[in-house]
Amino acid sequence: MTIIYEETGAEGGPEIPQQRVTIRVNGRKVIAEVEPRLLLAHLLRHGMGLTGTHTGCDTTNCGACTVLVDGRAVKSCTMFAVQAEGREVTTVEGLATQSELHPLQEGFKEEHGLQCGFCTPGMMMAAKALLDRNPDPTEEDIRWGLSGNLCRCTGYQNIVKSVLWAAEKLRSQSAG
Amino acid sequence: MTQALDEIKIGGMGASRKRVEDNRFIRGKGNYTDDIHLPGMLHMEILRSPVAHARITRIDASKAWEIPGVHLVLTGEMMATRNLAWMPTLSYDTQAVLATDKVRFQGQEVACVIADDPYIAKDACEAIEIDYEPLPVVVNPMQAGEPDAPIIRDDKENQAGNVIYDWEVGDAEGTDRAFEQADVVSRLQLHYPRSHPSPIECCGSIADFNRSTSKLTVYMTTQAPHIIRAAVALVAELPEHMIRIISPDIGGGFGNKVPVYPGYVCSILASILLERPVKWIEDKTGNLISTGFARDVYLDGELALRRDGKILGMRMRTLADHGAFFSDAQPSKFKIGLMHSTFGCYDVPVAHLAARGLYTNKAPGGVAYRCSFRVTEAMFFQERMMHAAANDLGMDQAEFRRINLVRDDQFPHRTPLGFLLDSGQYGACLELGLKAVGYEDFLRQKEEARKNGRLLGIGISTMSEPLGAGNSREYDILGIKMFDSAEIRVHMTGKALLRTGARGQGQGHETTWAQIVAHELGIPADDVTVEEGDTDTAPFGMGTYASRSTPVAGAAIAMVCRKVRAKARKLAAHLLEVSEEDIEWELGRFYVRSAPDRGVTIQECAMAAYSNMPDGMEPGLENNAYYDPPNLTWPFACYIVTVEVDPETGVWDVLNMVAVDDCGVRINPMIVEGQIMGGLTEAFAMSSMQFITFDSEGNCIGSNYMDYLIPTSWETPGFELHGEVVTPCPHHPIGAKGVGECAAVGGPAAFVNAVMDALAGTGVRNIDMPLLPDRVWEAITERHDVSGAPPVRSDG
Ligand code: FES
Ligand code: FES
Repeated sequence: MTIIYEETGAEGGPEIPQQRVTIRVNGRKVIAEVEPRLLLAHLLRHGMGLTGTHTGCDTTNCGACTVLVDGRAVKSCTMFAVQAEGREVTTVEGLATQSELHPLQEGFKEEHGLQCGFCTPGMMMAAKALLDRNPDPTEEDIRWGLSGNLCRCTGYQNIVKSVLWAAEKLRSQSAG
Repeated sequence: MTQALDEIKIGGMGASRKRVEDNRFIRGKGNYTDDIHLPGMLHMEILRSPVAHARITRIDASKAWEIPGVHLVLTGEMMATRNLAWMPTLSYDTQAVLATDKVRFQGQEVACVIADDPYIAKDACEAIEIDYEPLPVVVNPMQAGEPDAPIIRDDKENQAGNVIYDWEVGDAEGTDRAFEQADVVSRLQLHYPRSHPSPIECCGSIADFNRSTSKLTVYMTTQAPHIIRAAVALVAELPEHMIRIISPDIGGGFGNKVPVYPGYVCSILASILLERPVKWIEDKTGNLISTGFARDVYLDGELALRRDGKILGMRMRTLADHGAFFSDAQPSKFKIGLMHSTFGCYDVPVAHLAARGLYTNKAPGGVAYRCSFRVTEAMFFQERMMHAAANDLGMDQAEFRRINLVRDDQFPHRTPLGFLLDSGQYGACLELGLKAVGYEDFLRQKEEARKNGRLLGIGISTMSEPLGAGNSREYDILGIKMFDSAEIRVHMTGKALLRTGARGQGQGHETTWAQIVAHELGIPADDVTVEEGDTDTAPFGMGTYASRSTPVAGAAIAMVCRKVRAKARKLAAHLLEVSEEDIEWELGRFYVRSAPDRGVTIQECAMAAYSNMPDGMEPGLENNAYYDPPNLTWPFACYIVTVEVDPETGVWDVLNMVAVDDCGVRINPMIVEGQIMGGLTEAFAMSSMQFITFDSEGNCIGSNYMDYLIPTSWETPGFELHGEVVTPCPHHPIGAKGVGECAAVGGPAAFVNAVMDALAGTGVRNIDMPLLPDRVWEAITERHDVSGAPPVRSDG
């Protein structure tokens, strides 16, 4: 493979430092050369083409970028890619199997838990972290568990219902 | 055997069909502007002014040019050489693309860098040196209107002060006479604070100019792609057929994505200069401090009242703060949008509205944020004035509304400010809401609680708002009439492709539009693909905002389906070998009137259109329709909120919220309820925490999500929705009315009225939104009104 560098700006400008990271993303090992300041969200979106992880703010408030890092919900705009070294990252693209949707995905569709869909991947990942910890949450548990994620379209009533729907399905699956 | 299809089973009208667009969104496979990557694409970042008002004395970009990876630095001076330093706004004003002489608000665009990646572009922006010579800042429109105020738009010839317009409507003298005859005059002054639609996805564009074809393709976050195409053709002087605007999935719009922003223009120019795709994605601060804000209007309102509760007249003076450029996206004829729709649902004999608009050193905008052009302010003012008037009369809130609501037998009802309300059952909606909330019971509880020092309150908001501009006689934007369009192709096997001139941003058009087709043609909704947002393929339309999609584009869909059905009928007659007059239609099927067993399905007609048409008939089964609505649609809503206010802290909790919406025939009840719930959430946001203000230096407070508070699942209360009252719109082909914004329009007053009711007896008439605990606490302890107006600068 060949990489072409274009000549722009002053010659001999400062070298941009690069660092190698190895991350397991949705079960696959990925090696990347990144600027140390590159945000994990940007590596996922632009480096790896996993554009399901969205970015909606500059201040770690919106939660649209939420992914799982070693099973915990993390706002990927608040983590440098290099901090994910050796970790296991799950994005929305890793939720479904080839043949089957995750119950959270089904639940959001069933209960009309999304409108524009921009906050949805982050909502679902935050909900996944919650349900992994607490398979039988109350409405209040869900409202607290998702309080790091903003939605401007849907309001939260249907989002809460979506998560309850998924929780029930997951429980019946593990019981059956 | 004759067998009409079951409409709900085929996903027709009234089916709570699950949304088809969800299939990609839940998999993370949406295609938003920032998800698009084109080969050779460069990235643009904008450098914004840190100060609100200053003369630019020097711009030195040489250090930015030196950074490796930088391809272009654009400044106002360079834009000016191409006549692009200024652009026209949607309200016949001009707006700076990149500042040349002065900056006029904090966050104004000053320069752009285009580089290999966005990180480099940001670095380079920081390397640009600019000297600003500060000028006096005005953030309060009252101050801007003073004779000695600094003139903000000195770039404009003939602009003496800061007044943009004075506009009035109604009968001033008649209203004066009504006030002379009044037993009681109730007056209320307040401020609807500046807000921001703030979709989670910010604005952005990817401009891709191809020199070899001369074609400019722009992927962008726009709710109105055809308006943008027209604007680009006019501003950049490119031929319209060489411009293709594609609006991919949009991460929420709410009016924020209607105007033309400098970032779009700069990315287009950069792509033309560099002959490479240029992507610009705004950050959240850029979005909040520079793009279309909403509201920011002051009210001075009066009602002339008879002792028995009848309203005799209404007088309203409004003062709107438009920021540094008048760039409201609204029908051009009306300077303050549809503010004059206020008090439409009440039988008011005479009224007068006088509106003034002013420039200040704040971001431009005035967009219709989940709103049909200032109707949010109109309805808020109305319902706050109703609340105050009932109190002034010592009358029950519900009874006062009962006396004054337009009665069912009064439709169509002409309002004194010039609207024609089409239909409604206002009384039924109010009674339903009162019953659902347990009104009388709550009033008793409230009295009980008061004895124990607890403050309970109940607030009502009833309103009818005008949705779905045009008609084209009265509504145009820069001369382009506000109609909309649909185009359908029925393929040989009876599947169909539908395109409209609207552009959804989460409203579920891909789902509901197919339901209208199912209703009109009997083609199952699952067999219909819906496409929007690409000006090369979609028919011309004015886009999606102001709840106009269902009233206008939705009507166009029904009309185009009817054209197709008329042709299918001819085909059916041919296939059944009878004359057209002998054919009857039932859902999905034509049959012979005298022999109902003999029939053909719409799918068989479609096949015949391509394989077995009668002699002389044009082949194919497709058509288009442009729909110019005869009137706006007028949904009605009644929102009732109960609260408890903590007198020690000023914190208030919502105990209950009941929403009754009569939006005519519901195409997809699930989606309609989703829209109402989203709107109620924003109503709660505006009343409780969400606003933008400024300090006296013009620094924007609310420039990021740490300061611009949006409620989360934790703060947001539950809502109880009622849709039992249905008054079909008499002039809409399928009886539908708009709904997407009713709750955001009518909701805020219900929350505020509830808190004000809890404070009854303190002598406080008003607390400006948002009702932050400190404001409520101040009102309770100091027993005075609390204003949220931005400060007046005293140092001159
Ligand atoms: S983009 Fe990460 S929290 Fe908003
Ligand atoms: S669905 Fe649009 S932000 Fe949540």
